[in-house]
Order: sequence, then structure tokens, then C-alpha cells
Amino acid sequence: MSIARNVVCRNRVKRWAAGLLLASALLLMGAAGDPTGQRFDRLGHNLMCTCGCGQVLLECNHVGCTTSEQMRQEMKLAMARGDSDDVILAGFVGKYGPTVLSAPTTTGFNRVAWIMPVVIFIAALVAVILVVRAWKNRTPRNPLNPGSSAPEELDEFRRRAREETAL
Amino acid sequence: MPQIGSFTLLLGLALSVYAFAAGLFAIVRNDDRLSETARRAGIAVFLAVTAASAVLVYAAFTNDFSLAYIRQHSNRALPGAYKFAALWSGQEGSLLFWCWLLAAYGLVLRMRHKVDTRLVAHAAVVMSAVQIFFLVLVDFAAPPFVIAAGAIPADGNGLNPLLQYPEMVIHPPMLYLGYVGMTVPFCFALAALIMKYPGEKWIHITRRWTMVGWLFLTCGIFLGSFWAYKVLGWGGWWGWDPVENASLLPFLTGTAFLHSVMMQEKRGMMKVWNMWLIFSTFLLAIFGTFLTRSGVVSSVHAFAESNIGPYFVTFMALTFAVCMFFFVRNRSHLESEHKLESLVSRESSFLFNNVLLLVATFAVLWGTLFPVLSEWVTGHKVTVGPPFFNKVNIPIALCLLLLTAVGPLLAWRKTSAESIRKNFLVPALIALATGVALVAYGIRPWVEIAYFYSLMTVMLSVLVAATIGSEFIRGGLVIARHNNSNVFHGMWLLTRRNTRRYGGYIVHLGVIVTMIGFAGVAFYQNTEQELGFGDKMSIGPYTLVCRSYTQDDKPNYSSEWAILDIYKNGKQITTMYPEQRFYKASQQPATIVANRSTIMEDLYLVYTGKNPDNGRPIIKAHLNPLVWWIWAGAHFILIGTIVALMPNMQAKSKKVSPRDQARALVDSTAESRAPVEAGTDR
Repeated sequence: MSIARNVVCRNRVKRWAAGLLLASALLLMGAAGDPTGQRFDRLGHNLMCTCGCGQVLLECNHVGCTTSEQMRQEMKLAMARGDSDDVILAGFVGKYGPTVLSAPTTTGFNRVAWIMPVVIFIAALVAVILVVRAWKNRTPRNPLNPGSSAPEELDEFRRRAREETAL
Repeated sequence: MPQIGSFTLLLGLALSVYAFAAGLFAIVRNDDRLSETARRAGIAVFLAVTAASAVLVYAAFTNDFSLAYIRQHSNRALPGAYKFAALWSGQEGSLLFWCWLLAAYGLVLRMRHKVDTRLVAHAAVVMSAVQIFFLVLVDFAAPPFVIAAGAIPADGNGLNPLLQYPEMVIHPPMLYLGYVGMTVPFCFALAALIMKYPGEKWIHITRRWTMVGWLFLTCGIFLGSFWAYKVLGWGGWWGWDPVENASLLPFLTGTAFLHSVMMQEKRGMMKVWNMWLIFSTFLLAIFGTFLTRSGVVSSVHAFAESNIGPYFVTFMALTFAVCMFFFVRNRSHLESEHKLESLVSRESSFLFNNVLLLVATFAVLWGTLFPVLSEWVTGHKVTVGPPFFNKVNIPIALCLLLLTAVGPLLAWRKTSAESIRKNFLVPALIALATGVALVAYGIRPWVEIAYFYSLMTVMLSVLVAATIGSEFIRGGLVIARHNNSNVFHGMWLLTRRNTRRYGGYIVHLGVIVTMIGFAGVAFYQNTEQELGFGDKMSIGPYTLVCRSYTQDDKPNYSSEWAILDIYKNGKQITTMYPEQRFYKASQQPATIVANRSTIMEDLYLVYTGKNPDNGRPIIKAHLNPLVWWIWAGAHFILIGTIVALMPNMQAKSKKVSPRDQARALVDSTAESRAPVEAGTDR
């Protein structure tokens, strides 16, 4: 009886898993299309305007900025040529220098920028665990508030409390 | 007049030096009379710096262009409110304003000396030292009363157009009140460490002052964000600019302190940690000021590069050395009184909360300084912009949001699995149902990471709202039953009886409302188009029809507007007027955004200028969902903080039998400062 139930269970799990896989595949297929507008938007947010305004390329809006418009046109041209994202970004770096990228790359010394926050996070977690362990093993210096009543006074209160609350 | 200004500043410095030296001697010699003279000298510093500030404002209002500062930051046609704002719109004036605020805080501190005369005397000495530093800056490094060389011009250069907005008249004072406000808790903390203050009173005072500083800082940050949104015209409200980041640093450590301080108050734990959090918050406030004024990092908000950097570095190094010295000397005073009993407890939730907030602080600081480090190591700069900060900080913010839901419902010392299940099952199911509903509505978290973050933000926000709501309702029902009233009256009484706890919950509600506003970022869209008379453009459900363009000329600026009729689903709903101005004195253009804000979305229009080839006007339209929630959340946060600062209303005392008193005593001794009644702090 239990073997039959196990088989039924296993089949049900398999059906669910197959269904989930199929659904995921369909959804991924649906998501695979990357319209030009989205790609332009994504790439434009990976670049900075070089006019000195300090803004992301697609967000540079100050009146009369010709640099951002020219850079946007260059990006559109490169996309129309069929260049990949990496080639487009490399082209901009070649022309405007590394500061044109809105975030550090994951190569060379720039890797440190990304790694450090993670390292600090892990180190902080380890530190907390060590602190918690140390606290758990510590004998309290004084179990009561130092400013509160003296132990003998509390003993008296406890005695009275037990007496009065005894059923 | 400039001579009077310079003289009063020098007088202020002399008085500060006296307040510091006399205060120090009075403490060493235990001389009350000398201490009183130091206190009065401290009060007189406020009068001297107020006089200097008044002179500068007077010079702005009387168009005294013999002063270099007024020539640089004002002009005749500038409206009165902005002439007043000229006080903090440049390096020298803003440092003077800083000095004045510090003196004003010092005045309040010294006037309230009876709270604890000895502690305040120590704190006042520390404050005098800080005051000396800022007065040295305005007296020698960046004096605001310098007479300009050459003939006096007929008009000044005018105020930066970006600063000529009502929000900009309020934003800097709020931010400065926050920055400078962090000096007071620092002074109390260092004073308590120096004098090995017995008991916990100092931490209560420090907490309240930190909340005051935090309130202003929060207000300043949100106002700055609102200003950026309304004025800069790029459709966003936070750009991770170094100056914005500088304001975030003390905000994050201050937030961490406001949480961990509860562990010290309730359980006598984390004393060292709290002391250093307060020191760090003050140092970061100073560091932020240094960043924006020294030219170390480039920013659109930064003041002109100047030579005051070394002054700040020296001051920060000295402050750190003093803090470290007294910490090493008196650290035995900061020993913890209790041990942690369980990982699943309120204490550990505070620990993790602090870790996350400090990691976020580090990430922001690291990203802000990395370009400098990169240049130093590799010889060339890199840009660390929004993509970096978003990638690093959004996961941290989501973890914090989870803790906001979980933390307040965990008990001190230890929480049972049964209690967790009881408290979280329903909120978790509500959050899950929200997630499912959003996916059904059309949010696809697997398409883009931004959508995933948005979905998680909303789900976790709902989780927090549900847990806080259940806390309010449970407590409200108990009181309502007891008083024979309704649940809303019960919740009102509950809040008034424990303002700190329930004020804190209101702040948390504000945070989640703001976070829901942030979640809308993933769905922002914009479009740009040349728009002639009668032309149309569309964005989302809106259609914009250009009716006309018009011009105007005012003494301070000339302007040009677009008049756009807005249709939604074919029906006209309003007319909007995006504007472009040209400020005459500074010869600079600026945009005035037209924004129609609703609870669901903002239609945000910018008149970006004319196509140089054909002279046709260009309109940029943004459709930004949920921005309204950000500002609504800010209001909740401010209200919650004000509630938390208010004193508790005492419950009508019923005659308590000796039996109940004894029971309460046993409970309280057993739990060591844990609450003994429903209405007390947790």
C-alpha cells in the first residue's frame, strides 16, 4: 500500500516538475526578446554624459547640452551597425576614456570595487556570529540593573511576593 | 558693516576659546563659579555669531556688492527669500550658517543645563571645541566678509538658478540642522565617556538628541530629493551623487544607533558599539562636509574647490584621536551587563540590523571614494555611478526590510518557535498573496532583475505593514476592551501611552510607503519629441497636444512656456505648462518642470529647449509610477519621529493592590528591565 502511495507521489512530483519546467521555458522564451528601445535604455544607463554634468547619459538633460545628444546618436549608429553591447561600450571607452562607463568594470583593479562590499558583509556577519558566541558564553557582570535595589532588599521583595501570590 | 561682521566672528572665537578653557579648568578644579562663566560665555557665542550672520543677511538685502561673497551670490533683482538663502549658497556663507546653528544648539544645551549640570558642563566643553574649529574656519580659512578688489559693480553675479526654488530655501537649513544636530549626541557621548558617567541617563539624553538630529537630516534628505526631482528635470529623485551620498552616511549610522541604543537601555548591552556609532555619526557628518567642500570628489552639488580640506582632515584626525584616547582609558566603564541568550531574539535582530546598516554605510562610502582610490592606485579615474550603488545597496535594503518585519515582533531574550508561527503566519500569507496578485497583474520578475526587486520590495513592504498592523490592532483591542471604547480609540491611546514604540512603528510604516515608491522605478518610461503647434505625443495612457508657446519677461529672468493640453484615454484632464527660464544676472538657463502627480503615477514634463537646426521646441515627457508614495512615506517618517519624541501619556492610574505590585516587581526583576505591562517600551 505504502509502495503504491510512494509511486503515486513520485509521479505527481514529476508532473509538477515537468509543468514548472515547461512554464519556465515558455516564460524565458517570452522574455528572450530584447526590443531596441530596452537595449538602448540599458546601454544608455551604462554610460555617463561627458560634458561634466556628472549625469548618466540618458538622464543628462541640462539645457543646450550637445555632448549627450551626440553620444546618443553614436550609440544608435553602433546599434544599427549590429555591434554587440561589449563592442559598443569598448568603443565609447576608447573614444572618451574609462570614466565614460557609469560603473567600474569587473576587470583589473576595478574588481576591488565590487568585491569589497561583499567581503565587508561577510566579515561583518562572521564578526556578529563571534560576538553572539562570546556573549552567550559570558557570565553576566551583574544580573540586575546596578542602579536598582540591593540584593537583600530584592530577596525580601521576592519573599513577600511569593507569600502574597501563593495559591 | 563688514568690519562689524568680522569683529563679531573674532569675538565669537575668543568667547568659544574662553568657554572651552574655563569649562575645562572648572571641571578639573571642580569650580562651579568658573563653570558658570564658561556656560555664559558659550551663550554669548550664540549672540556673537547671530550678529555676524545678521550682518551678512543685511548686506545681501542692501545689495552691498563691496563684499565679495554678496557680489558672487546675489543680485539686485533677486527676490527677498533667495537673498536670505544666499547666506548658505556659497562656501563662506554656509560655513557661517553652520557656525550659527552650532551656536544655537549650544545655546539650547547650556540653557537646559539643569537636566544634569555636571554632564552638561562636560558636553559644553566638547561643543566649545567643535565651535572653535568652525569659527577658525570662518575667521581665517573661508571668511565671508572679504572686501572684493576693484570698483564696486552696479549688480552682482546672482544666485545659481538651480537654487532659486522655494524648496531650496528650506532644504539646506534642514540638512544642516541634521548634520550639526549630530554634534550634540556626540558631545554627550564623549562627555559621558570622559567622566565615566554612572547610570544610563546620558544614553536617554543622547538618544533624544540623536532623534532630533535624525529628524532634521531625514527631512533635509527628502527635501533635497524633492528639489532634485522638481528642479533638475531629469525625472529622477536620487542620483547617487557624492554630495547626496555624504548626507546618507550619518543618516545610516544614526539609524543604526537609534536601533541599537534600545539594547543598551533595556539590557545594558552594546555600550561600546553605541559609543562608536555616535562617534562615527559625528565624524561622518564632518567627513561629508569635507567631501563637498574640499574638491576631493567631483559633484554637481559641490562647492568650489578650496583650501579648507587640510583643516577638516586635521580636525577629524584630532577628534578620532581624542575619542580613541578616552575609549582606551575608560573602556572598562562600557562593559556589557547581560549576555545574549538566543539567536532568535530582539537583541540579535538589532545586531543584524546594525550590520546591514553599517555594510550599507560602507558600500556608499566605498563607492563614493573609489574613484579617488582608483586614480591613486592605477593613475586613472573611473566613474562609480548609479548602477554600482543600486546593485550593491538594493539587496541590503531588501534584507533590512525583512528585518523590519521580523524584528519588532521578536521578544527580548528569547522567542519561541510557536510565537514566531503565531505572529508571522498570517502576515506572511498576506505578503505571498500580494506577490501572486502582482504576478497575475502582469509584473514579470524573471524578465529583469529590476522587476524582481520591485516585486520583492512590495511583498516585503506588505509583510511589514501586516506585522505592524497586527501589533496596533492587538494592542488597540486590549485597551478598547479595558476602556469600553472602539479599536481606533484604543490604538490612539496605545500610541500616546508608548510614543516611542508606536512612533517607531509609524516611522517603519513611512519607510515601507517610501519603499513602495522606490519600487516604481523599474517601470519609469520617458519619451522626447519636437512639438509644434497642434502636434501630439503619447506616453502611457496620456496624449499631449501642443496648444501654444508663450513668453514672459521679469526683472530677474525671462521665460518661455509650452502650453500643453493633456488627454487621458481620449478625455482632456488638464493643461500643463513646462517652462524654460533664462536668468539675467548669472546668464544661465534653467528648466521649470510641469508635474501632475497622482497616487498611481506622475506625468512629468520638461521643456528641454529648441532644436538648433529648425528652431522647433522639444518636450520630454516622463511617466513615473508611484513617486507620490515616496513623499507620502517621508511624511509618515517625520510624523512618527515627532510622535516618538513626545512624552508618554500616563495611563489613568487604578489603585494597585500590594499583590499586583509584588507580582510586577517579581516580573521586572526576572526579566531585568523587560517590560512589565502592555504599554511599555519593547
